[in-house]
Amino acid sequence: MPAWLDDFLWTYQNLVYALGINGLLALSMYVVLAVGQLSLGQAAFMGLGAYSSALMTLKLGLPFAAVLPLSVVVPMVFALAVGGPTLRLAGVYLAIATIGMGEVLRAVYLNVDLFGGALGLSGIPERATAPLIYGLLGLAVLALWLIGRSGIGRAMEAMREDETAAEVMGVPVRRYKMGALLASATLAGLAGCLSAHVSSFIGPNEYGFEPAVTILSYALLGGIGTPLAPVVGAWVLTLLPELLRGVSDIRLVLNGVIIVLAVLFLPNGLLAVRMKRIGARTAA
Amino acid sequence: MLAQQLVNGVLLGATYALFALGFTLMFGVLRVINLTYGFYFSAGALLALWMARQGASIWLALPLASLGAGCIAVVLDWMLLTRLRRVQAPELSSLMVTLGGVLALYSALTSWLGPDIRRLPPGIVSADAFLVGDVRVTAAQILILGATALLVGALLLLMRGTRLGLAIRAMAEKPDAAQLMGIDTGQAAALVSFISGCLAGAGGVLIGLNFNAIHPYMGEAMMLRGFVVIIVGGLGDIRGALLAGLALGVIEVMTAGYVSSGLKEAVAFLILVAVLWTRPSGLFGRAVLRRA
Repeated sequence: MPAWLDDFLWTYQNLVYALGINGLLALSMYVVLAVGQLSLGQAAFMGLGAYSSALMTLKLGLPFAAVLPLSVVVPMVFALAVGGPTLRLAGVYLAIATIGMGEVLRAVYLNVDLFGGALGLSGIPERATAPLIYGLLGLAVLALWLIGRSGIGRAMEAMREDETAAEVMGVPVRRYKMGALLASATLAGLAGCLSAHVSSFIGPNEYGFEPAVTILSYALLGGIGTPLAPVVGAWVLTLLPELLRGVSDIRLVLNGVIIVLAVLFLPNGLLAVRMKRIGARTAA
Repeated sequence: MLAQQLVNGVLLGATYALFALGFTLMFGVLRVINLTYGFYFSAGALLALWMARQGASIWLALPLASLGAGCIAVVLDWMLLTRLRRVQAPELSSLMVTLGGVLALYSALTSWLGPDIRRLPPGIVSADAFLVGDVRVTAAQILILGATALLVGALLLLMRGTRLGLAIRAMAEKPDAAQLMGIDTGQAAALVSFISGCLAGAGGVLIGLNFNAIHPYMGEAMMLRGFVVIIVGGLGDIRGALLAGLALGVIEVMTAGYVSSGLKEAVAFLILVAVLWTRPSGLFGRAVLRRA
């Protein structure tokens, strides 16, 4: 590794980790938005992944190679449990129910001693590395891109445009919604495990309403045309405050304004490319 | 003890109901879950605080802060939502735009004023308390109950007894038809925003009086309760919001008193999750909700 790169990575280590982890979170939002579901439980799934993996490392002393794959178990089980009832909900009801789910979990972390209460869990060893994080991110983008180009991807797009019509055409809507929720829980759980094992500390307030909104803003800014778009959105929103050092205390103000402007003026996101149009000749 | 808890619970519930009324009105008529709504609550409380520090009495500060919050609501609604309403964007877009808006507003307010908890000047309401049997009722609590009853009465009178109310209800029923009948829907939308903002602002002042703790993020904690109340009561249902608000206040106070104060927050969401699982259109809701 050349010296300048080594230097750079050392200085911006946290930023490098955050870019990869936020990219995974953006993908976890993407998979539910791709089937037209405004499910805002990603921060909650991330919290479950972070807490369960931190406890496995700290209390059970499992090696990281085992903790990482196991960290998706709790979020997935939780997604299966809440998926049945919540997938019946549409639009704003789903959004509110999933926000409520996050708040219930936050109350649990705060009130149960095992989770360390308001102090959270600290002293988690730093086991995750940048190549691991980016490897997983690359794999996730590749997998979602392949799915998007397959028949399943077209069915998902049909569901997003008109759920009733898709169902009439024989798309197994419920099964796809559940699949999307499980994929979302898996990605967010992995992101939670990775973030717990790079920052050495986790607390109950990292997985509440504001992170949920921030994750949504990644996907909104990037757009949901291709899996790469939300990742770009996450990178822009993570890098911007670093580039604008002087305004870092109004970072959240900027995030909010970006969401407003993105919805009003870029309804399809920064990268408003649609997968099926790539390479196809557009009719005039 | 039980009677005292019940009184405290009903008073808290009255403020929840007042807050949720504006929220549910906004949804019922404008078809928008407006997340900036909690900001009007904070704005009302902070405006009243500022006026009280300038020496205004509560009789002046409460109505003025409420009207001020109403004006803020009209401006924000115009900035964020008129464009989306014109192109008839899906409801998710308006939810997201207000989500972004409220994030920016709270953060801006916090970086301007700081996150500290502020207190109203002492003596803004007389500290007298009355004993009814064993139950202690403070002057502030009587003011809260009186103001809530007055505002709810005025709202019901407006909605059920005037032509303006009729226009608003027509718009809730079918916006296009209302427009064809000569109702200026843009104006009616602004009016609904104004009324909702006033209700939220008044709620903010009253909660500020009740707990004597005012800070920029107070509206966010309230919003989460507002969601519970309007969903349990049925989206857009005024009567449902009143009943659900009162019930939530009583249940919270009882949980804090007899179980654990840490569970107070979680209880609201457990109720929400239970209602969404069993009766997603609310306890009093019908299949299609068109009430305003």
